[in-house]
Amino acid sequence: MEHTLTVTSSPHLHCGMNTRGIMLDVLIALLPAVAASVWLFGWRAAVVEVVCIASCVASEFLSRVVMKRPQSVGDLSAVVTGLLLAFNLPATIPLWQAALGGVAAIVVAKQMFGGIGQNFVNPALIGRIVLMASFPAAMNNWVQPFSGTGADAISSATPLANIAAGGGAGYGLGEMFVGMRPGCLGETCAAALLLGGAYLVARRVISPLIPLTYIGTVFVMTWLLGGDPLTAVLSGGLMLGAIFMATDYTTTPLNKTGKAVFALGCGLLTVLIRHYGSLPEGVSFAIVIMNILSPLIERATRPLPFGQKRRLRRED
Amino acid sequence: MTVSIQEKLGLPAFRTRGGVHAPHRKNTAECETVVMPPPERIVVAMSQHIGAPCIPVVKVGDTVKVGQLIGDSDALVSAPIHSGVSGKVTGLTELLMPGGRTTAAVVIESDGEQRVHESVQPPVIEQFDQFIAAVRQSGAVGLGGAGFPTHVKLNPKDRDAIDTIIINAAECEPYITADYRECMEDSWDVVSGVQTVMEFLDASRVIIAIESNKPAAIAELAKIAASVTTPQRQVQVRRLPARYPQGAEKVLIAACTGRKVPPGGLPADVGCIVMNVTTAAFLSRYFKTGMPLVARRLTVDGTAVAHPKNVRVTIGTPVKDVLAFTGGLKHEVGRLLMGGPMMGLALMDDALPVLKQNNAILAFARQESAVTDATPCIRCGRCVEACPMRLVPPSIAAAFSAKDFAGAEKLGVGTCMECGCCSFSCPAHRPIVQTMRLAKDAVRKSKS
Repeated sequence: MEHTLTVTSSPHLHCGMNTRGIMLDVLIALLPAVAASVWLFGWRAAVVEVVCIASCVASEFLSRVVMKRPQSVGDLSAVVTGLLLAFNLPATIPLWQAALGGVAAIVVAKQMFGGIGQNFVNPALIGRIVLMASFPAAMNNWVQPFSGTGADAISSATPLANIAAGGGAGYGLGEMFVGMRPGCLGETCAAALLLGGAYLVARRVISPLIPLTYIGTVFVMTWLLGGDPLTAVLSGGLMLGAIFMATDYTTTPLNKTGKAVFALGCGLLTVLIRHYGSLPEGVSFAIVIMNILSPLIERATRPLPFGQKRRLRRED
Repeated sequence: MTVSIQEKLGLPAFRTRGGVHAPHRKNTAECETVVMPPPERIVVAMSQHIGAPCIPVVKVGDTVKVGQLIGDSDALVSAPIHSGVSGKVTGLTELLMPGGRTTAAVVIESDGEQRVHESVQPPVIEQFDQFIAAVRQSGAVGLGGAGFPTHVKLNPKDRDAIDTIIINAAECEPYITADYRECMEDSWDVVSGVQTVMEFLDASRVIIAIESNKPAAIAELAKIAASVTTPQRQVQVRRLPARYPQGAEKVLIAACTGRKVPPGGLPADVGCIVMNVTTAAFLSRYFKTGMPLVARRLTVDGTAVAHPKNVRVTIGTPVKDVLAFTGGLKHEVGRLLMGGPMMGLALMDDALPVLKQNNAILAFARQESAVTDATPCIRCGRCVEACPMRLVPPSIAAAFSAKDFAGAEKLGVGTCMECGCCSFSCPAHRPIVQTMRLAKDAVRKSKS
């Protein structure tokens, strides 16, 4: 029997989870919103989603080949990034622009920093921000749900643009909850996003701490600033951002207190941008700014080791 | 002075952070202990405890009897070692231990007669010093797995500061039921051992801590404890949540009293002594019979074991003999463990002998022994959530790989007790515990 036994360091048991399984759960959680996007904006939504996923997966694959690194495309994280990027685009976006967004997300934001676990900002949001800066007209071409995306599509302002213009949202709360309002193709249907969020919480992929703190902060702050809190919560990319983007493991603090501070900051920045900024929506920028602050938050909120009474100073 | 806020408020049990829901797999809980006859040959390692190894006091060719001293040491932190068989010393050899160190070992061929040595007499104990000397002579070490010499543990610097003795019957490791069987089969030994220790340490209370998944043991011990408790000497049984690592010393103290042992500190710093339940029961038997620690109960289980059971084994019996005695294997073994699956050691060789602190032998089939490759850390924070010591393993690992050993120390790596919760819950299958061990070692070396 000698020399045939596996000898490894303890523990010899494992919970059975792996990275691929987590990404698969996120994809499952995104499925209701995929269905909603096709229902609301037609098959063009599905085409944009497929193009973004293909672009992200190809970028991931080629980056690893070029950098001579172990292939990581099997962990499905690029699929998640692709789908989230598509969710952040209008259904009318030219496909080549959508594909370019995928390249920016994976190559620039993720692989150049070392791949999964190493990026300091959310790749899908970087993809969106690159496209917003490069093609502002196409990125602000919003259409009414159920009007298709072709020549006869009805262009319309988003609820947040209406509010920023000084009026009301223009859409009822019920309409906004099921997603019948102009917006990015995956962000409008709050019902589908909440369903996905509930699945992620039930599967313990995410803790409800970040989404609840983020949405709660936006609710309270909007109310304090005299806005309509429920409309604020249901408009823009808040649901998508709070449930699927601000909960990204890599770009948020590791510990619970840090996560709460992070989500609070996201909420404050979102409301400040919406109310005082020149843009009608602030979720992407709020999350990206907080992503950058994550390492600092993490250091400031690091728990003390068991039984230790005070924080050690630099000179200790 | 060491009383915690929760105790002042009179709360019964206290919340502890972290830990994981490891599967229980207590398959052998109802398996009454079977006594394995001493084998033809035992190999007794001279390092069966934390501390200085013993030096053999017998020579090749010597005749020995059961209970006879065969190894001893002058060092304070050490425990003497005795023979479990009568027969002849046929060799002094070296063993490669699972940790990678080598240790001397005494090989004894049994004559099958089990003649008891003359020194085996109930000890005469009137004063504390005699009590400690007797505990030392018994060869007792922590039987829960750590193997810390009991006479050192029971002799803290400031004895008056000790007000609580916690008897650890949590048995939070999956599979193992050896301590549970002790509670069920030898419950009076447990309580009588507890009483003796309580008297000599002049402690006002004993808390017997058991996880909630062992209701029969809780009921059994609670009944006896109630019958012996007095206003001055309280014996309580405390039911704790069945959550790994409930039985880890610092976690157990926090769960029972709300007191937190400071980093680098000992339970005595917060007025507690923690003792394994089987150790307590062994001491009570030793005080009655004078027979030192030469045999113990261990759980034999795992997917490759044909007939899992609890066996009473002579210390020094080769693992393969124990496996054969239980009825052999039903699958080819891919992984052989001494101790539990969370903190146990993987053996390289099934010829290694049973040690005093072994509470289990677990054999797993080859098809489930494959090693999963680690993937990059995704910073999911599961290790941080799981760590009962509130450490942040990715930060420690980063400091370690940057050779910032002072930084790793500041992050509290020394507090890591290697319970394995981090590695257990890591979706990237990273060898976190191994990294913590390397980091601790590097910190130690960087200081010397």
